[in-house]
Amino acid sequence: MNSKTLGYIVKRVILAIVTVWVVITVTFFVMHAVPGGPFLSEKAVSPEVQAALEAKYGLDKPLMQQYLDYLTGIVTKFDFGPSIKQRGRDVITIIATGMAVSAKLGVIAAIIALIFGILLGSCAALNRNTIIDRVIMVVSTAFVSMPSFIMGTFLLTLFSVKLHILPANGDAAGGLILPVITLSLSPMSYITRLTKSSMLDVLGQDYIRTAKAKGVSKWGIVFKHALKNSLIPVITYVGPMLAYIVTGSLVVEKIFSVPGIGRAFVNSITNRDYPLIMGTTIVLSVLIVIANLVSDIMYKIVDPRINLE
Amino acid sequence: MKKRLTMHVDLDKFIPATNEEKAYLVQMRPSSTFFKDGCKRLLKNKVATVSLIIIIIITLASIIIPIFWPYGYEQQLGMQIGKPVDASYNNLFPMQYSESELARKAAGEFVMPHFFGTDAAGRDYFIRVIYGTRISLSIGFFASIIVLVIGMTVGSIAGYCGGKVDLVIMRIVDIIYSLPDMLMVILLSSVLKQTELAKVIDRSALSKIGSNIISLFIVFALLYWVSMSRLIRGQILSLREQEYVLSAQATGAKAGWIIKKHLIPNCISVIVISTALQIPSAIFTESYLSFLGLGVNAPMPSLGSLASDALNGVNTYTYRLIIPAVVISLIVLSLNLFGDGLRDAFDPKLNG
Repeated sequence: MNSKTLGYIVKRVILAIVTVWVVITVTFFVMHAVPGGPFLSEKAVSPEVQAALEAKYGLDKPLMQQYLDYLTGIVTKFDFGPSIKQRGRDVITIIATGMAVSAKLGVIAAIIALIFGILLGSCAALNRNTIIDRVIMVVSTAFVSMPSFIMGTFLLTLFSVKLHILPANGDAAGGLILPVITLSLSPMSYITRLTKSSMLDVLGQDYIRTAKAKGVSKWGIVFKHALKNSLIPVITYVGPMLAYIVTGSLVVEKIFSVPGIGRAFVNSITNRDYPLIMGTTIVLSVLIVIANLVSDIMYKIVDPRINLE
Repeated sequence: MKKRLTMHVDLDKFIPATNEEKAYLVQMRPSSTFFKDGCKRLLKNKVATVSLIIIIIITLASIIIPIFWPYGYEQQLGMQIGKPVDASYNNLFPMQYSESELARKAAGEFVMPHFFGTDAAGRDYFIRVIYGTRISLSIGFFASIIVLVIGMTVGSIAGYCGGKVDLVIMRIVDIIYSLPDMLMVILLSSVLKQTELAKVIDRSALSKIGSNIISLFIVFALLYWVSMSRLIRGQILSLREQEYVLSAQATGAKAGWIIKKHLIPNCISVIVISTALQIPSAIFTESYLSFLGLGVNAPMPSLGSLASDALNGVNTYTYRLIIPAVVISLIVLSLNLFGDGLRDAFDPKLNG
């Protein structure tokens, strides 16, 4: 790693930190633009209760002081305050409970998308202009632009409502199968297309011809030379893919009623549970920012020729 | 040899041209412009042409059909002034009729069939899908225009001015670009509904559009211009080193003039292509938000909110979910494919 790469990494980390700070700040002030402030429900309460609530949540302090308290609470203790609709539960507990389920869902979906995407993409590139290639490309083009909530509802109607093969409820046994498929199909199709085009590009390089001339077997070329180099663009997609899975999980968890963080977030929007909306937005944003950061840095390390500026 | 005296005119040069010579000057075919070339390439691309035809059909249908359709999108057919509520209109299956309609049919009157049935409130589902399509399409279109105007202005200023201005603008762009857009959109649109702004909008002339759509536009204007401005800045950065810009500067042209007359026209194909690709992404965002319940105000339908509403009765009325879902997929897919075709046809860098 040369100093230029190191400089890039430092710059990128600073940008990520600034981004997280902007997210927290925007979230805080946007939420405080709501009439009555985020910590109060719309129910009318007596002035004494109001004052007690304000004192409890620090709402009697000036706005800047509240902001600084919120910021330090997050940075030092991961403290996002209490939920106002689920009495007695802290936002961070709700997030942690939901995250356990959602992380499982998201990670499985990401792994499936990567494995099958790379397999299908290489398959299409190695069988270029055959019927296999055509079928793979048509299907992946159709899936790539299909919004996740449509994919989810289709799978739900087909497998749960019509065929009764798989459960519609995410809590039931095997209930995660449909949500995982829904979440992974679109990134999988994208990875397929990405792998195919970069594989074709690599297969046309001189060093592949040299390897062929040396007498390396077909599969030796594919695994030792072609696949490794054609996976570089896939690395850059890992960040956006996680972002897609995080946002996709909001609707997918709503459709299949998976008790994850996405459903908690959607419910908090309908319930106007502002502290929960704030907390979830911030936690999910941090996840996405970190995913993008890691995939950018990996890309730079794997291929230092690339100038990301 | 003839001696020429004063004028030195060679009379041979004034002989009328022979037919053979005239043939040289006949223009075999009109010279092609960049635009014509691109159109030709675009029409050769079958996928893009089919997509374009689908888009045109859907757009025309969504504009024309509501004009003559006998039912309105918010008209609850069972509720008529001065009559008791007729519940037989609610939840009709496709091509079914309510009791009073059957009576009218028996009397020989023509009754427009409910192609997609009616919903739980007795509204004709076909016209709701058509209206939803119209709303989704116009949101996509106007959001892209907003993105285009802001992105183009900021990007060209950053690219042309360079130096400190560029640095500051691009840092802001970097930060907005790395914000998780969908989450910010959800946050802003869930809050904008509650603020004073929504009430002001609902009282003003804009109330017909609805505060939710306005807040959607605000969100687009705040967040989605960044990739457009990055793109245009990159183009302008390379274009401003061209000689014709130097010559314009030398003749005293002002920055705004140079940007407007020289730089923007030269990156028009990039601008058009990315605007075309912005439309499906805006439609997608709108349907996503509507699905989460943050989209258009009821009773106005959009494709996303129709799909979201249909989720409640999915066991019995599966088609109510399938129809809007198919329409959204069709629109987004064909717009994307058309945009790709447009890029292949008009991006000179790819022609090699």
